[in-house]
Formats: sequence, structure tokens, C-alpha cells
Amino acid sequence: MQNFIEAYSWVNMRFLLEGLWVTVEVSIISIIASFIIGSILGVLRYVKIKYLSRVVGFVVDIVRNLPLILIIFFTYFGLPHLGFKPGIIFAAVLAMTIFESAMLAEIIRSGILAVDYGQMEGARANGMSYVQALWHIVFPQAIKKTIPTIVSQFISLIKDTSLATIIVLPELLNHAQIIYGQNSAYIIPMFVMIAVMYFIICYALSVLSRVLDKKLA
Amino acid sequence: MVYILTHYWSELIQGLGYTLLSSVIALVFSTVIGTMFAIFEVLPNHAMRIIGRIYIEIFRNIPLLVIAMFFYVIIPMYVAKIDGFTAGTIGLTIYTSSFIAETVRAGIQSVDNGQMEGARSNGLTYWQAMRYIVLPQAFKIVIPPLGNQFINLVKNSSVLAFVAGFDLMYQGNSIASLSLDTINSYVVVGLFYLVITLPLSYYMQHLEKRLAN
Repeated sequence: MQNFIEAYSWVNMRFLLEGLWVTVEVSIISIIASFIIGSILGVLRYVKIKYLSRVVGFVVDIVRNLPLILIIFFTYFGLPHLGFKPGIIFAAVLAMTIFESAMLAEIIRSGILAVDYGQMEGARANGMSYVQALWHIVFPQAIKKTIPTIVSQFISLIKDTSLATIIVLPELLNHAQIIYGQNSAYIIPMFVMIAVMYFIICYALSVLSRVLDKKLA
Repeated sequence: MVYILTHYWSELIQGLGYTLLSSVIALVFSTVIGTMFAIFEVLPNHAMRIIGRIYIEIFRNIPLLVIAMFFYVIIPMYVAKIDGFTAGTIGLTIYTSSFIAETVRAGIQSVDNGQMEGARSNGLTYWQAMRYIVLPQAFKIVIPPLGNQFINLVKNSSVLAFVAGFDLMYQGNSIASLSLDTINSYVVVGLFYLVITLPLSYYMQHLEKRLAN
């Protein structure tokens, strides 16, 4: 018990919260960027433009089937050899965005496919252009249908930011490791605390997605 | 690239072997554990349902790496000496079992309640009805999602690289630092992963389409 009280001293907690803040920061930037890019890629794959959609589909499938850790390594250790040297935070955000965009592209495409084709035909018959119908009629319904899947993808994004400890991104897990590296009695308290922190964020989001799903359905 | 392939072929194959081994072990055990907790969740007993719910929610909402590191750091200190491969595979199993539990539960609940009632009124006990009537139908429904879980497992097994598990990603890193050819090393490792995951994911898409019709 003494270990727990000492481990959760003000200094340590502040250090952990700093790590949590980096986790949140990286997650939010990656969520916004990957939602935008994923939507574009998903739509591009859906609309069947000659060659372009094929290429997008192929790239999305490849990225989706690679481990995220490999992509993180590639952006941080590989890109400098190609003449572009990203910082740690930028490399982490870039890797998360590339991976999650591909995942979201697939989710959003399947959402669009699930929207009844009559919606598109109806919109076209009422004088909308194809792009207008896609943007105003089909896309919003696709997002509505896939909200639970999209949110659970965001939850796994938040959990996956912990993988960036390997490039020493100063996030939650990394800060916990630094603290228990100083005193091995703090190992269990630190694991308990970061598990609780991750749990609160991810569980809150999953409750939110259930509420959203009920409201929109 | 050819240089990496020819010079480090044995390391790559060994890494691939460990990755596959860990994924298969984790798949088998997490399916068993996951099914168990899924059944907990549909039992009439209130306490069991809560136990199932707590297990699933806890391990679904904590990063895999935190779970794997926990086993890698804590178990050797207090319980028994285990290597990184074992610790990582235990972490993988527990993490994946919570996702499989969620999938199987959805499968069980999508089986019409009349199946259970019919079986019960024909004289089967609750467990017999579960085992011979409900679960087989539920598993038919959850085969494609289970396949997707296996793809995730193969990808997620790369956390073994953090705990010295000698998997493909671990070997990829050591090849990258030995050969100093970072780009090509990672490309080769990526290709090795794709050889497993890409055919599987196309097959699962095909299977989903076929079952949907």
C-alpha cells in the first residue's frame, strides 16, 4: 500500500498527466486528419473513376494489412533515408494518420455501399448532379450508419498511440516507464494507473458512441 | 532488397515462424476464453453476466502493448520466469479474447430465441441446448469476423517486438540495424506480413459476400 501512495506523488502524477496530454494531442490530430483523408479515399474508391479508384483501393488494402508498428518505424527511421526527417511527434501523427485513413476509408466505403441506391437515383431525378447527390444525400447517411464502427476505430487509434513509445514519443506509457525505471516498487502502481487512464478515455468514448447511435437511429 | 532477402533469409523465416506460431496459439486460446465469456454474458444468472461484461470492457479498452508489457515486466518479477515470446502471446490472447467474446456474444444473440426455447421444450438442458443448438448456429455467423480477428492477430503480434519475442518485426528491426539499409529492410518485412494478411483478407471479403447471399 505504501508503494501506491508514494508512487502517486504529485510530481509523478503531473508527469503522467503530461504524458496523457501528448497521447490526447496526437490522438486528436490523427483522428481529424484521418477522418478527412479516409472519407476522401473511401469515396474515391466507391465512385469507380478509371484506374484512380483501382489504385486507391490497392494502396488502402496494402496499408490496412500492415502492422501499425511497421508504419511507425518506417515514418521515423525510414523517411530520413529518403531525405525527409520528421520530428518524433510528426512521425507518430503521420504514421497514425496513414494507417487509420486506410482503415476508415474501408469503413466509409462499406457505409456508402449500405445506403440504398434509390437515394442516389432519387436525388439525381430531383435534379442534383452526381457529386451533389453524393455529398448531400448519400455521404451523410453513410456516416450515420457507420458511426459505431468509426468511433470504435478511433478508440483503437487512441490505444495504438502507445505503440509510439518505441520511437520515444513522450506519451503516457513512455512516461510511466520512465517513472518505474527509477524505482521498481512503482511498477505495479504505474501499470494500474495508466490502465485506469486509458480505460476511462476509451470507455467514455464507447459509451458516447452507443448514445450517438441510439440518437441517430 | 534482394540483398536483404538472400542475406537474412533464415532470420526472416524464423521471424515469420514465431509470428505465425504466436498468432495461432493466441487465436486458439482467445477463441476458447472469448466464447466462455460470451456465454457468461448471455446466461440468465445476473452475477455471471456482470463478470463477463467487466472482463470484456476492461481488456477492450486498454492498449495491447500495456497488457503485453504488464506480463513481460510483472510475471518474471513475482510469479515465474517466462520469456518475451510467452509474455507477449499471453498478452495477445487476453486482449483478443475480449474482442472475440464481443463477436461471439453478438452471434449468440442473433440466433433466434425460439431455437433455445424449442430445444428446451424438447427436453434438452440449458447447457445441451447451448452446446448443440445455439453455439453451432452462432459460430456459422461469426466465422467472417473471427477471420478478421485472425488478421488483426497477425498484425498485432508485432508487439512481440517490444518484449523481445523474436517475431517478424523484431527480426526486421535487427536486420535494419545490421544492414543499415532501413528502407529495404522494412519493405521486405512489410512484404512478409502482406503475404499472410492480404490473401486472408481477400478470402474473408469473399466469404462475407458469399454468406450474405
